[in-house]
Amino acid sequence: MTATAGHDPHGQGPGDHRSARPSEAGFPALLEDNLEDLYENAPCGYLSTLLDGTIAKINGTLLAWLGYRREELVGRRRFSDLLTGGGRIYHETHFAPMLAMQGEIGGVSLELRTRDGSRIPVLVTSIVKAGSEGQPQLIRTAIFDAKMRRAYERELLDARKAAEREDERLRHLVGKLQRSLLPAVLQTPPGLDSAAYYRAASTDQVGGDFYDLFPLVDGRWGFFLGDVSGKGVEAAAVTALARYTLRAATVYNPDPAAALHNLNTVLWQEYREDARYCTVVFGILTSTTAVGGFTAIIASGGHPEPLLLRADGSIHYHPTKGRIVGAFPNSRYTNTTVVVNPGDTLLLYSDGLTEARPVGSETADGRYGAAALARFARSLAPAPAAAAVAAIIDLLDTFGTGLTDDTAVLAIGAPPHRY
Amino acid sequence: MLVRNRNNVVVTGREGGPTVVLAHGFGCDQQMWRHVAAEIGQWARLVLFDHVGSGQADPTAWDADRYASLDGYADDVLSICQDLDLQQPIFVGHSVSSSIGVLAANREPDRFSALVLVTPSPCYIDDENYRGGFTRDDIDDLLGSLESNYLGWSSSMAPLIMGNPERPELGEELTASFCRTDPAMAQVFARATFLSDNRADLAAVRVPTLILQCAQDAIAPPEVGAFVHAQIAGSRLVTLDATGHCPQLSAPEATAAAITSFVRAAYR
Repeated sequence: MTATAGHDPHGQGPGDHRSARPSEAGFPALLEDNLEDLYENAPCGYLSTLLDGTIAKINGTLLAWLGYRREELVGRRRFSDLLTGGGRIYHETHFAPMLAMQGEIGGVSLELRTRDGSRIPVLVTSIVKAGSEGQPQLIRTAIFDAKMRRAYERELLDARKAAEREDERLRHLVGKLQRSLLPAVLQTPPGLDSAAYYRAASTDQVGGDFYDLFPLVDGRWGFFLGDVSGKGVEAAAVTALARYTLRAATVYNPDPAAALHNLNTVLWQEYREDARYCTVVFGILTSTTAVGGFTAIIASGGHPEPLLLRADGSIHYHPTKGRIVGAFPNSRYTNTTVVVNPGDTLLLYSDGLTEARPVGSETADGRYGAAALARFARSLAPAPAAAAVAAIIDLLDTFGTGLTDDTAVLAIGAPPHRY
Repeated sequence: MLVRNRNNVVVTGREGGPTVVLAHGFGCDQQMWRHVAAEIGQWARLVLFDHVGSGQADPTAWDADRYASLDGYADDVLSICQDLDLQQPIFVGHSVSSSIGVLAANREPDRFSALVLVTPSPCYIDDENYRGGFTRDDIDDLLGSLESNYLGWSSSMAPLIMGNPERPELGEELTASFCRTDPAMAQVFARATFLSDNRADLAAVRVPTLILQCAQDAIAPPEVGAFVHAQIAGSRLVTLDATGHCPQLSAPEATAAAITSFVRAAYR
């Protein structure tokens, strides 16, 4: 029995064989009855090993791939000897244990090392052949050439790496653009405290929330926090427009209602076709140095009502009226006044906070909601700006995947009296 | 995070028996011990666990920096002992967990009453007169295959690992996790395993130590077992008539018997 690849040791039988089955005479391909040839010259490698891996039988195809003679391997080498160094470790730490535990293992990528040191990528499938009592006797292994598949996998891997690089670049750009729409460092009016926080719901899209706190030439300070409909580059363009329109408006007419009216006109003119609009709270604060707090003139365009955390531990939603900015041609906005006394903190936030869907929410629509925020704020009050914002960051952390929209928070507080 | 959840800690075996901690090596999980556990669980209380990044350990506990060195795994072993308030357990570590056990035992010399190092290798790479069995190229080959072969690992392995109708005694949850590895985590663990050199840590071991090696092992050749034996003063070396790197699978009875007689002698 010295069959080798490409050579049929048995050949075709004598003529009487053919005459015995005349119907098959014209179809020699149907005469696949030579099992030895089927094994030796199969289009895949076959290998039988003892339980310790020693090669007991190997077919001609595999010998031809490896470049070994049969007698060099049978009884002398183990299956893992045919593998590359890395493949040997993989075989011992994964392949063999799984085979022992499960009795079979399939489709595993390994590389054979040929006699001349070159490598052949292969897919390996093994089963344990059990005796009549169920006791394991042999391991049968089929080996398929996987050169094409490996090349394909390499292409997929390269494509994945390229995609990851692109993704990284995108995140970098988004982060940069996002930061350009928010103050790099939050300024604080003299004698007051302030804190802000922004959490983007997505790292690959620019969020639509924005805020700022900035001094006017006359000693007053302007502040706003808003939320542009949608996300992404288009929303970012609207965010930039809203932000700079509001800041510019304060230069020639520091009046919140007028500033929102102005912004409404600009957005309506620019974006009504695209239905781009925003909600925003805009205010101008004047420090009341004699008392230690501040008063703020506030106008709102469809934005969640600001919350006042008071020094006595109570809280108060400051009522505001006004339509979404940019949605209608002639929206009117009105100014209201908030008095922030020493120990009080004014909190502006976007609806990412109240519209979040925390796990275990008890509201009818599953959202966090204004009522829960009021309870939360009551548990905090009184709280300086930084503490209030830190507590909200912790709260957002508990929302997990329930946080589906961007969230911005801006707190401006008046320090308590020092007696 | 609870240590028990983090490491999927399972306590089984005989109540009141001496405590044996069984630590699996690179590649699989605590199921590796199932045959041996059935034997020594008759006299010992067993503490089994999965290293973070393997088996059913909590994937959220993964930290690529922490687990880039064997110290991270040794920390986990010690925290399991503390959390379960284990009194002087015997630590049995397979393959890389032998080195992890040595590091843990040296860090807290009074922690373990004994060490059993199953097919240990303190250094896999050949170095001058030391023969670890592998060249740096071999290891790079493995690490490279962990990266380039992720399709083979994550997709091709999964269907087979799931379910095994012919052998229902291997429950679904077992086969679902056994040897299934996140390639990114496996790469970090493989680096920590095969690039570490813990030869210098062996001499500091002060607890009774048994070294179990296989007569034929493609990963930890007999010279390595002899080296470990020579470095740990008073250690015992037993060579099992077994093939492969996992005697707990290829020769579970002999492995369990060797551990049992060593512990009997140590507790006498």
